[in-house]
Amino acid sequence: MGSDAVLQHLVVPRTTVLALLAICALAVPCAYAQPELAGSWAPRGNEFTTGSGLPVDFTGMPLNEEGRLRALSYNESQLAMIERQCQGWPASYLVMGPFGLRIWSDLDPVRGAVQSWTIGAWEDKPSMTIWMDGRPHPSNYALHTRSGFTTGRWEGNTLVARTTHMKAGLLRRVGAPVSDRATMTTRLSRHGDILAVLVIIEDPDYLAEPWLISKTFQVSPVTVPPIGPPCISTFEGVDARASVPHYLPEKNPFVDEMTKQLGVPRDAVVGMPETLYPEYRKKLAPGKR
Amino acid sequence: MIALRVFTSVVVVLLGATATALAQGRGGGPPPTPRASAAIDLTGYWVSVITEDWQYRMMTPRKGDYGFVPMTPEARKIAEAWDSAADQAAGNQCKAFGAAAIMRVPGRLHITWQDDTTLKVETDAGSQTRLFSFGPRPTTLAAPSWQGVSTAQWERPPGPPNAPPSGGGLKVVTTNLRSGYLRWNGVPYSENAIVTEYFDVGALPGGGQVMVVTTVVEDPRYLFVPFILSSQFKKETDGAKWDPTPCSSTW
Repeated sequence: MGSDAVLQHLVVPRTTVLALLAICALAVPCAYAQPELAGSWAPRGNEFTTGSGLPVDFTGMPLNEEGRLRALSYNESQLAMIERQCQGWPASYLVMGPFGLRIWSDLDPVRGAVQSWTIGAWEDKPSMTIWMDGRPHPSNYALHTRSGFTTGRWEGNTLVARTTHMKAGLLRRVGAPVSDRATMTTRLSRHGDILAVLVIIEDPDYLAEPWLISKTFQVSPVTVPPIGPPCISTFEGVDARASVPHYLPEKNPFVDEMTKQLGVPRDAVVGMPETLYPEYRKKLAPGKR
Repeated sequence: MIALRVFTSVVVVLLGATATALAQGRGGGPPPTPRASAAIDLTGYWVSVITEDWQYRMMTPRKGDYGFVPMTPEARKIAEAWDSAADQAAGNQCKAFGAAAIMRVPGRLHITWQDDTTLKVETDAGSQTRLFSFGPRPTTLAAPSWQGVSTAQWERPPGPPNAPPSGGGLKVVTTNLRSGYLRWNGVPYSENAIVTEYFDVGALPGGGQVMVVTTVVEDPRYLFVPFILSSQFKKETDGAKWDPTPCSSTW
Protein backbone atom coordinates (compact mmCIF):
# COMPACT_ATOMS: atom_id res chain seq x y z
CA MET A 1 0.00 0.00 0.00
CA GLY A 2 1.53 3.30 -1.02
CA SER A 3 1.58 6.40 1.10
CA ASP A 4 -1.20 8.04 -0.91
CA ALA A 5 -3.40 5.04 -0.27
CA VAL A 6 -2.68 5.24 3.45
CA LEU A 7 -3.64 8.90 3.54
CA GLN A 8 -6.92 8.13 1.82
CA HIS A 9 -7.87 5.92 4.77
CA LEU A 10 -7.18 8.61 7.35
CA VAL A 11 -10.61 10.01 7.95
CA VAL A 12 -10.10 12.31 10.94
CA PRO A 13 -11.75 15.68 11.30
CA ARG A 14 -9.25 18.42 10.61
CA THR A 15 -10.36 20.38 13.67
CA THR A 16 -9.55 17.39 15.88
CA VAL A 17 -6.06 17.14 14.47
CA LEU A 18 -5.45 20.85 14.92
CA ALA A 19 -6.71 20.73 18.50
CA LEU A 20 -4.45 17.80 19.32
CA LEU A 21 -1.45 19.52 17.78
CA ALA A 22 -2.20 22.68 19.75
CA ILE A 23 -2.34 20.76 23.04
CA CYS A 24 0.89 19.03 22.16
CA ALA A 25 2.62 22.28 21.29
CA LEU A 26 1.49 23.99 24.48
CA ALA A 27 2.30 21.22 26.91
CA VAL A 28 4.95 19.00 25.41
CA PRO A 29 7.38 20.44 22.95
CA CYS A 30 7.65 17.60 20.50
CA ALA A 31 11.42 17.88 20.16
CA TYR A 32 14.28 19.80 21.74
CA ALA A 33 14.89 23.11 20.06
CA GLN A 34 18.30 24.57 19.48
CA PRO A 35 19.28 28.21 19.51
CA GLU A 36 19.28 30.06 16.22
CA LEU A 37 22.78 30.95 15.15
CA ALA A 38 22.04 32.39 11.74
CA GLY A 39 22.68 36.06 11.21
CA SER A 40 25.35 38.70 11.57
CA TRP A 41 27.50 38.84 14.70
CA ALA A 42 29.75 41.75 15.58
CA PRO A 43 33.01 41.17 17.47
CA ARG A 44 32.74 42.40 21.04
CA GLY A 45 35.71 40.98 22.84
CA ASN A 46 37.63 43.59 24.81
CA GLU A 47 40.71 41.41 24.96
CA PHE A 48 43.93 40.71 23.14
CA THR A 49 43.67 37.40 21.36
CA THR A 50 46.45 38.07 18.88
CA GLY A 51 49.21 39.27 21.15
CA SER A 52 50.65 42.70 21.66
CA GLY A 53 51.74 43.32 18.09
CA LEU A 54 55.42 43.10 18.92
CA PRO A 55 57.49 40.90 16.56
CA VAL A 56 57.98 38.16 19.16
CA ASP A 57 54.99 37.64 21.44
CA PHE A 58 53.88 34.10 22.16
CA THR A 59 52.43 34.91 25.56
CA GLY A 60 49.49 32.72 26.48
CA MET A 61 50.56 29.97 24.09
CA PRO A 62 51.67 26.46 25.15
CA LEU A 63 54.34 25.92 22.50
CA ASN A 64 56.45 22.81 22.64
CA GLU A 65 60.17 22.88 21.89
CA GLU A 66 59.73 22.35 18.17
CA GLY A 67 56.95 24.91 17.96
CA ARG A 68 59.13 27.44 19.76
CA LEU A 69 62.10 26.83 17.47
CA ARG A 70 59.95 27.26 14.43
CA ALA A 71 58.17 30.32 15.83
CA LEU A 72 61.45 32.05 16.59
CA SER A 73 62.77 31.31 13.10
CA TYR A 74 59.86 33.17 11.57
CA ASN A 75 60.46 36.45 9.83
CA GLU A 76 57.37 38.51 9.01
CA SER A 77 58.90 39.45 5.66
CA GLN A 78 57.74 36.03 4.53
CA LEU A 79 54.33 37.57 4.07
CA ALA A 80 55.82 39.87 1.45
CA MET A 81 56.72 36.89 -0.74
CA ILE A 82 54.36 36.69 -3.68
CA GLU A 83 53.48 33.06 -3.03
CA ARG A 84 52.65 33.74 0.64
CA GLN A 85 50.76 36.99 0.42
CA CYS A 86 47.44 35.19 0.01
CA GLN A 87 48.11 32.18 2.18
CA GLY A 88 45.56 33.46 4.69
CA TRP A 89 44.74 32.03 8.05
CA PRO A 90 43.50 28.69 9.31
CA ALA A 91 39.95 28.27 10.55
CA SER A 92 40.97 29.16 14.11
CA TYR A 93 41.31 32.77 12.99
CA LEU A 94 37.60 33.17 13.58
CA VAL A 95 38.34 33.92 17.24
CA MET A 96 41.65 35.66 16.68
CA GLY A 97 40.81 37.94 13.81
CA PRO A 98 39.15 41.32 14.17
CA PHE A 99 36.08 40.60 12.09
CA GLY A 100 32.48 39.73 12.78
CA LEU A 101 30.76 36.50 11.83
CA ARG A 102 28.10 35.85 9.26
CA ILE A 103 26.45 32.52 9.94
CA TRP A 104 23.80 30.75 7.93
CA SER A 105 22.29 27.28 7.71
CA ASP A 106 21.40 25.04 4.81
CA LEU A 107 18.40 22.80 5.22
CA ASP A 108 17.65 19.29 4.15
CA PRO A 109 15.04 19.96 1.44
CA VAL A 110 12.90 17.00 2.47
CA ARG A 111 13.05 16.90 6.29
CA GLY A 112 13.70 20.57 6.87
CA ALA A 113 16.46 19.75 9.34
CA VAL A 114 19.66 21.79 9.43
CA GLN A 115 22.13 19.95 7.26
CA SER A 116 24.99 22.34 7.78
CA TRP A 117 25.98 25.64 9.33
CA THR A 118 28.39 27.90 7.52
CA ILE A 119 30.52 30.62 9.06
CA GLY A 120 31.34 33.03 6.28
CA ALA A 121 34.75 33.99 5.00
CA TRP A 122 36.81 37.13 5.27
CA GLU A 123 39.47 38.38 2.94
CA ASP A 124 42.11 36.22 4.64
CA LYS A 125 40.02 33.51 6.34
CA PRO A 126 38.11 30.77 4.57
CA SER A 127 34.49 30.00 5.22
CA MET A 128 33.82 27.03 7.49
CA THR A 129 30.99 24.61 6.83
CA ILE A 130 29.88 22.54 9.81
CA TRP A 131 28.14 19.39 8.65
CA MET A 132 25.30 18.35 10.95
CA ASP A 133 24.08 15.33 9.04
CA GLY A 134 26.30 12.75 10.67
CA ARG A 135 28.67 12.26 7.79
CA PRO A 136 32.10 10.90 8.75
CA HIS A 137 35.38 12.72 8.44
CA PRO A 138 37.36 11.73 5.37
CA SER A 139 40.46 9.57 5.31
CA ASN A 140 43.62 10.91 6.89
CA TYR A 141 45.05 11.10 3.41
CA ALA A 142 42.28 13.26 1.99
CA LEU A 143 42.95 16.79 0.78
CA HIS A 144 43.79 19.35 3.46
CA THR A 145 42.37 22.83 2.92
CA ARG A 146 42.53 26.13 4.76
CA SER A 147 39.09 25.62 6.24
CA GLY A 148 39.48 21.89 6.85
CA PHE A 149 36.59 19.50 7.27
CA THR A 150 34.13 20.09 10.10
CA THR A 151 31.27 18.14 11.62
CA GLY A 152 29.04 19.31 14.45
CA ARG A 153 26.50 18.29 17.05
CA TRP A 154 24.46 20.04 19.72
CA GLU A 155 25.22 19.73 23.41
CA GLY A 156 22.32 21.53 25.04
CA ASN A 157 22.59 25.17 23.98
CA THR A 158 26.06 24.70 22.54
CA LEU A 159 27.01 23.77 19.01
CA VAL A 160 30.17 21.67 19.21
CA ALA A 161 32.16 21.42 15.99
CA ARG A 162 35.27 19.38 15.25
CA THR A 163 37.61 20.33 12.43
CA THR A 164 40.28 18.16 10.82
CA HIS A 165 42.16 18.28 7.51
CA MET A 166 43.40 21.85 7.89
CA LYS A 167 46.48 23.12 6.12
CA ALA A 168 49.53 24.09 8.10
CA GLY A 169 49.68 27.77 8.90
CA LEU A 170 50.05 30.30 11.68
CA LEU A 171 48.14 30.56 14.94
CA ARG A 172 49.49 34.02 15.59
CA ARG A 173 50.75 36.33 12.90
CA VAL A 174 54.19 36.69 14.47
CA GLY A 175 54.95 33.09 13.57
CA ALA A 176 53.36 30.67 16.05
CA PRO A 177 52.98 27.63 13.83
CA VAL A 178 50.20 25.10 13.46
CA SER A 179 50.71 21.86 11.58
CA ASP A 180 48.47 20.02 9.17
CA ARG A 181 47.97 17.37 11.84
CA ALA A 182 46.23 19.85 14.11
CA THR A 183 42.55 19.52 14.97
CA MET A 184 40.17 22.13 16.27
CA THR A 185 37.12 21.92 18.51
CA THR A 186 34.81 24.92 18.38
CA ARG A 187 32.04 25.51 20.92
CA LEU A 188 29.44 28.14 20.02
CA SER A 189 27.10 29.03 22.90
CA ARG A 190 24.34 31.56 22.41
CA HIS A 191 23.05 33.60 25.34
CA GLY A 192 20.40 36.02 24.15
CA ASP A 193 22.18 38.40 21.81
CA ILE A 194 25.61 37.20 22.94
CA LEU A 195 27.52 34.43 21.18
CA ALA A 196 30.45 32.97 23.10
CA VAL A 197 32.90 31.06 20.92
CA LEU A 198 35.59 28.84 22.38
CA VAL A 199 38.23 27.29 20.15
CA ILE A 200 40.47 24.45 21.32
CA ILE A 201 43.47 23.66 19.13
CA GLU A 202 45.33 20.39 19.48
CA ASP A 203 48.57 20.01 17.58
CA PRO A 204 50.87 17.07 18.26
CA ASP A 205 53.67 18.78 16.37
CA TYR A 206 53.86 22.26 17.84
CA LEU A 207 51.75 22.51 21.01
CA ALA A 208 52.55 21.00 24.40
CA GLU A 209 48.87 20.93 25.37
CA PRO A 210 45.54 21.98 23.86
CA TRP A 211 45.34 25.73 23.37
CA LEU A 212 42.08 27.33 24.53
CA ILE A 213 41.05 30.69 23.21
CA SER A 214 37.66 32.37 23.24
CA LYS A 215 35.95 35.42 21.87
CA THR A 216 32.54 37.01 22.26
CA PHE A 217 30.23 38.30 19.56
CA GLN A 218 26.96 40.19 19.72
CA VAL A 219 24.00 40.34 17.34
CA SER A 220 24.89 42.94 14.77
CA PRO A 221 22.38 45.53 13.58
CA VAL A 222 24.24 45.69 10.27
CA THR A 223 24.97 42.86 7.91
CA VAL A 224 28.38 41.27 8.18
CA PRO A 225 29.55 40.36 4.68
CA PRO A 226 29.88 36.59 4.16
CA ILE A 227 33.00 36.96 2.06
CA GLY A 228 35.83 39.42 1.70
CA PRO A 229 37.42 40.95 -1.38
CA PRO A 230 39.77 38.74 -3.38
CA CYS A 231 43.42 38.67 -2.39
CA ILE A 232 45.67 39.86 -5.18
CA SER A 233 49.42 39.24 -5.00
CA THR A 234 51.91 41.80 -6.08
CA PHE A 235 55.65 42.31 -5.81
CA GLU A 236 56.47 43.82 -2.42
CA GLY A 237 60.25 43.87 -2.65
CA VAL A 238 61.07 40.36 -1.44
CA ASP A 239 62.67 38.18 -4.07
CA ALA A 240 62.03 34.62 -2.93
CA ARG A 241 64.50 33.28 -5.46
CA ALA A 242 67.26 34.45 -3.16
CA SER A 243 66.00 33.01 0.15
CA VAL A 244 62.98 32.68 2.37
CA PRO A 245 63.23 35.36 5.06
CA HIS A 246 63.97 33.68 8.39
CA TYR A 247 66.12 33.76 11.53
CA LEU A 248 68.54 31.04 12.48
CA PRO A 249 68.26 29.51 15.97
CA GLU A 250 69.14 32.01 18.74
CA LYS A 251 69.44 34.77 16.16
CA ASN A 252 66.00 36.33 16.30
CA PRO A 253 66.78 40.00 17.07
CA PHE A 254 63.35 40.69 18.57
CA VAL A 255 63.18 37.98 21.18
CA ASP A 256 63.87 40.40 24.03
CA GLU A 257 61.73 43.24 22.69
CA MET A 258 58.70 42.47 24.82
CA THR A 259 60.81 42.07 27.93
CA LYS A 260 62.46 45.43 27.36
CA GLN A 261 59.30 47.32 26.46
CA LEU A 262 56.72 45.73 28.77
CA GLY A 263 58.76 43.84 31.33
CA VAL A 264 57.27 40.49 30.33
CA PRO A 265 59.57 37.61 31.35
CA ARG A 266 61.23 35.75 28.50
CA ASP A 267 59.64 32.42 29.45
CA ALA A 268 56.25 33.93 28.82
CA VAL A 269 57.33 35.72 25.66
CA VAL A 270 58.44 32.45 24.06
CA GLY A 271 55.31 30.53 25.08
CA MET A 272 56.47 28.19 27.83
CA PRO A 273 53.39 26.15 28.83
CA GLU A 274 53.77 26.72 32.58
CA THR A 275 53.32 30.46 32.07
CA LEU A 276 49.61 29.92 31.33
CA TYR A 277 48.76 29.03 34.92
CA PRO A 278 48.32 31.08 38.10
CA GLU A 279 51.37 29.54 39.81
CA TYR A 280 53.59 31.35 37.37
CA ARG A 281 52.30 34.71 38.55
CA LYS A 282 53.52 33.92 42.03
CA LYS A 283 57.01 33.33 40.65
CA LEU A 284 57.20 36.81 39.23
CA ALA A 285 59.20 39.22 41.28
CA PRO A 286 57.18 41.74 43.28
CA GLY A 287 56.82 44.78 41.13
CA LYS A 288 56.47 42.62 38.02
CA ARG A 289 53.14 41.15 39.08
CA MET B 1 -8.24 0.78 8.62
CA ILE B 2 -4.84 -0.27 9.86
CA ALA B 3 -3.59 3.22 9.19
CA LEU B 4 -6.45 4.72 11.13
CA ARG B 5 -5.65 2.48 14.12
CA VAL B 6 -2.03 3.52 13.99
CA PHE B 7 -3.00 7.17 13.91
CA THR B 8 -5.39 6.65 16.83
CA SER B 9 -2.63 4.96 18.84
CA VAL B 10 -0.29 7.88 18.22
CA VAL B 11 -2.96 10.32 19.37
CA VAL B 12 -3.55 8.32 22.55
CA VAL B 13 0.15 8.27 23.34
CA LEU B 14 0.43 12.02 22.75
CA LEU B 15 -2.54 12.72 24.97
CA GLY B 16 -1.07 10.54 27.69
CA ALA B 17 2.23 12.35 27.54
CA THR B 18 0.43 15.66 27.57
CA ALA B 19 -1.62 14.72 30.61
CA THR B 20 1.49 13.53 32.42
CA ALA B 21 3.33 16.70 31.58
CA LEU B 22 0.45 18.86 32.69
CA ALA B 23 0.19 16.97 35.96
CA GLN B 24 3.91 17.16 36.68
CA GLY B 25 4.25 20.77 35.72
CA ARG B 26 1.11 22.09 37.38
CA GLY B 27 0.39 20.70 40.77
CA GLY B 28 1.98 17.27 40.43
CA GLY B 29 4.48 17.98 43.22
CA PRO B 30 6.93 20.69 44.08
CA PRO B 31 9.23 21.77 41.30
CA PRO B 32 12.75 20.44 41.65
CA THR B 33 15.22 22.67 43.43
CA PRO B 34 17.78 24.60 41.36
CA ARG B 35 20.39 22.19 42.67
CA ALA B 36 18.38 19.13 41.61
CA SER B 37 17.50 20.60 38.24
CA ALA B 38 20.96 21.93 37.43
CA ALA B 39 21.45 22.31 33.71
CA ILE B 40 25.19 21.83 34.12
CA ASP B 41 27.48 20.73 36.90
CA LEU B 42 29.77 23.57 37.90
CA THR B 43 30.92 22.14 41.19
CA GLY B 44 34.56 21.34 41.81
CA TYR B 45 37.92 23.03 41.47
CA TRP B 46 38.71 25.05 38.36
CA VAL B 47 41.95 26.68 37.32
CA SER B 48 42.10 29.70 35.04
CA VAL B 49 44.07 29.32 31.83
CA ILE B 50 45.63 32.60 30.82
CA THR B 51 45.75 32.47 27.04
CA GLU B 52 44.49 36.00 26.43
CA ASP B 53 45.50 39.39 27.81
CA TRP B 54 48.54 37.79 29.38
CA GLN B 55 50.34 41.07 30.02
CA TYR B 56 47.20 42.58 31.59
CA ARG B 57 46.33 39.64 33.82
CA MET B 58 49.60 38.12 34.96
CA MET B 59 51.31 41.45 35.44
CA THR B 60 50.26 44.90 36.52
CA PRO B 61 50.33 47.01 33.38
CA ARG B 62 51.83 50.42 33.47
CA LYS B 63 49.70 53.38 34.33
CA GLY B 64 48.14 54.62 31.13
CA ASP B 65 48.06 51.22 29.40
CA TYR B 66 44.32 50.64 29.02
CA GLY B 67 44.24 48.71 25.78
CA PHE B 68 40.82 47.49 24.63
CA VAL B 69 38.84 49.11 27.49
CA PRO B 70 36.15 51.54 26.22
CA MET B 71 36.76 54.08 28.99
CA THR B 72 34.96 57.38 29.36
CA PRO B 73 37.05 60.51 30.04
CA GLU B 74 35.94 60.36 33.69
CA ALA B 75 37.23 56.81 33.97
CA ARG B 76 40.52 57.79 32.40
CA LYS B 77 40.93 60.58 34.92
CA ILE B 78 40.44 58.14 37.78
CA ALA B 79 42.83 55.63 36.26
CA GLU B 80 45.46 58.33 35.83
CA ALA B 81 45.22 58.99 39.57
CA TRP B 82 45.61 55.31 40.47
CA ASP B 83 47.92 54.75 43.42
CA SER B 84 48.25 51.13 44.52
CA ALA B 85 50.03 52.01 47.77
CA ALA B 86 47.25 54.43 48.71
CA ASP B 87 44.66 51.73 47.99
CA GLN B 88 46.51 49.32 50.23
CA ALA B 89 46.84 51.85 53.01
CA ALA B 90 43.15 52.74 52.80
CA GLY B 91 42.04 49.12 53.05
CA ASN B 92 40.96 49.06 49.40
CA GLN B 93 43.33 46.30 48.37
CA CYS B 94 40.41 44.20 47.07
CA LYS B 95 39.42 46.73 44.41
CA ALA B 96 40.79 44.53 41.62
CA PHE B 97 39.13 41.42 43.06
CA GLY B 98 35.49 42.57 42.77
CA ALA B 99 32.80 40.72 40.86
CA ALA B 100 33.40 42.61 37.62
CA ALA B 101 37.03 41.49 37.48
CA ILE B 102 37.50 38.41 39.64
CA MET B 103 36.91 35.85 36.88
CA ARG B 104 39.79 37.43 34.99
CA VAL B 105 42.22 37.23 37.90
CA PRO B 106 44.64 34.29 37.56
CA GLY B 107 43.67 31.75 40.19
CA ARG B 108 41.43 28.89 41.11
CA LEU B 109 37.72 28.61 41.78
CA HIS B 110 36.08 26.24 44.21
CA ILE B 111 32.41 25.91 43.37
CA THR B 112 29.99 24.17 45.75
CA TRP B 113 26.32 24.27 46.67
CA GLN B 114 25.86 26.20 49.88
CA ASP B 115 22.24 24.99 49.94
CA ASP B 116 19.67 23.88 47.39
CA THR B 117 19.23 27.37 46.01
CA THR B 118 22.65 28.96 46.42
CA LEU B 119 25.79 28.24 44.48
CA LYS B 120 28.98 29.32 46.25
CA VAL B 121 32.03 30.37 44.25
CA GLU B 122 35.23 30.83 46.22
CA THR B 123 38.43 32.18 44.74
CA ASP B 124 41.87 31.47 46.09
CA ALA B 125 43.22 34.68 44.58
CA GLY B 126 42.04 37.36 46.96
CA SER B 127 40.11 34.81 49.08
CA GLN B 128 36.76 36.06 47.83
CA THR B 129 33.36 34.38 48.10
CA ARG B 130 30.52 34.89 45.68
CA LEU B 131 26.99 33.61 46.31
CA PHE B 132 24.73 32.96 43.32
CA SER B 133 21.14 32.87 44.58
CA PHE B 134 18.48 31.22 42.45
CA GLY B 135 15.67 32.87 44.35
CA PRO B 136 14.21 36.27 43.65
CA ARG B 137 16.41 39.29 44.12
CA PRO B 138 16.21 40.44 47.75
CA THR B 139 14.08 43.51 48.28
CA THR B 140 16.31 44.95 50.95
CA LEU B 141 19.98 45.06 50.20
CA ALA B 142 22.91 45.18 52.53
CA ALA B 143 25.68 47.68 52.05
CA PRO B 144 27.44 47.40 48.68
CA SER B 145 30.29 44.92 48.67
CA TRP B 146 33.12 43.72 46.43
CA GLN B 147 31.05 40.74 45.27
CA GLY B 148 27.63 42.42 45.39
CA VAL B 149 24.33 40.57 45.16
CA SER B 150 24.04 37.89 42.49
CA THR B 151 20.89 36.29 41.16
CA ALA B 152 21.18 33.20 39.02
CA GLN B 153 19.09 31.20 36.63
CA TRP B 154 19.70 28.12 34.55
CA GLU B 155 19.57 28.46 30.81
CA ARG B 156 18.49 25.31 29.05
CA PRO B 157 17.18 24.34 25.65
CA PRO B 158 13.41 23.93 25.53
CA GLY B 159 12.38 20.33 26.07
CA PRO B 160 9.85 18.10 27.78
CA PRO B 161 9.18 18.99 31.43
CA ASN B 162 11.10 16.96 33.98
CA ALA B 163 13.30 15.52 31.27
CA PRO B 164 16.82 14.81 32.45
CA PRO B 165 19.14 17.79 32.09
CA SER B 166 20.42 17.95 28.57
CA GLY B 167 22.93 20.70 28.93
CA GLY B 168 22.57 24.42 28.99
CA GLY B 169 24.23 27.19 30.91
CA LEU B 170 24.03 29.49 33.89
CA LYS B 171 23.23 33.19 33.79
CA VAL B 172 24.20 35.35 36.75
CA VAL B 173 23.42 39.04 37.23
CA THR B 174 25.31 40.95 39.91
CA THR B 175 24.60 44.41 41.28
CA ASN B 176 25.04 46.30 44.57
CA LEU B 177 28.77 46.48 44.11
CA ARG B 178 31.45 48.60 45.66
CA SER B 179 33.37 50.42 42.97
CA GLY B 180 36.47 48.57 41.89
CA TYR B 181 38.98 48.00 39.12
CA LEU B 182 38.60 46.08 35.87
CA ARG B 183 42.38 45.81 35.64
CA TRP B 184 45.23 45.90 38.11
CA ASN B 185 46.26 49.39 37.01
CA GLY B 186 43.20 51.24 38.20
CA VAL B 187 40.73 51.01 35.28
CA PRO B 188 37.56 51.71 37.27
CA TYR B 189 34.02 50.45 37.40
CA SER B 190 31.44 52.23 39.48
CA GLU B 191 29.05 51.15 42.22
CA ASN B 192 26.27 51.27 39.61
CA ALA B 193 27.88 48.68 37.37
CA ILE B 194 25.78 45.69 36.36
CA VAL B 195 27.72 42.49 35.76
CA THR B 196 26.06 39.78 33.69
CA GLU B 197 27.86 36.47 33.39
CA TYR B 198 27.20 33.33 31.38
CA PHE B 199 28.78 30.04 32.42
CA ASP B 200 29.21 27.22 29.90
CA VAL B 201 30.79 23.84 30.54
CA GLY B 202 31.95 21.22 28.07
CA ALA B 203 34.29 18.33 27.52
CA LEU B 204 37.93 18.88 26.70
CA PRO B 205 39.22 16.73 23.87
CA GLY B 206 41.24 13.94 25.40
CA GLY B 207 39.48 14.17 28.77
CA GLY B 208 38.68 16.74 31.39
CA GLN B 209 36.30 19.63 31.33
CA VAL B 210 36.48 23.26 30.30
CA MET B 211 34.39 26.15 31.58
CA VAL B 212 33.95 29.44 29.77
CA VAL B 213 32.73 32.46 31.69
CA THR B 214 31.51 35.31 29.52
CA THR B 215 31.40 38.56 31.49
CA VAL B 216 29.49 41.65 30.39
CA VAL B 217 30.08 44.77 32.46
CA GLU B 218 27.65 47.63 31.89
CA ASP B 219 28.64 50.90 33.49
CA PRO B 220 27.63 54.01 31.53
CA ARG B 221 29.53 56.24 33.92
CA TYR B 222 32.92 54.73 33.14
CA LEU B 223 32.36 52.67 29.98
CA PHE B 224 31.16 53.98 26.62
CA VAL B 225 29.86 50.51 25.73
CA PRO B 226 29.66 47.26 27.69
CA PHE B 227 33.02 45.69 28.49
CA ILE B 228 32.85 42.06 27.39
CA LEU B 229 35.35 39.31 28.12
CA SER B 230 35.38 35.53 28.04
CA SER B 231 37.67 33.56 30.33
CA GLN B 232 38.56 29.89 30.29
CA PHE B 233 38.98 27.45 33.17
CA LYS B 234 39.99 23.80 33.29
CA LYS B 235 38.54 21.45 35.88
CA GLU B 236 40.98 19.94 38.35
CA THR B 237 40.52 16.59 40.03
CA ASP B 238 40.97 17.95 43.54
CA GLY B 239 42.01 20.96 45.58
CA ALA B 240 45.68 20.03 45.84
CA LYS B 241 46.74 23.31 44.24
CA TRP B 242 44.19 25.47 46.06
CA ASP B 243 46.24 28.28 47.55
CA PRO B 244 44.25 31.06 49.22
CA THR B 245 45.98 34.40 49.28
CA PRO B 246 44.65 37.71 50.57
CA CYS B 247 43.87 40.65 48.37
CA SER B 248 46.77 42.89 47.58
CA SER B 249 47.06 45.97 45.46
CA THR B 250 50.81 46.17 45.68
CA TRP B 251 51.92 42.53 45.35
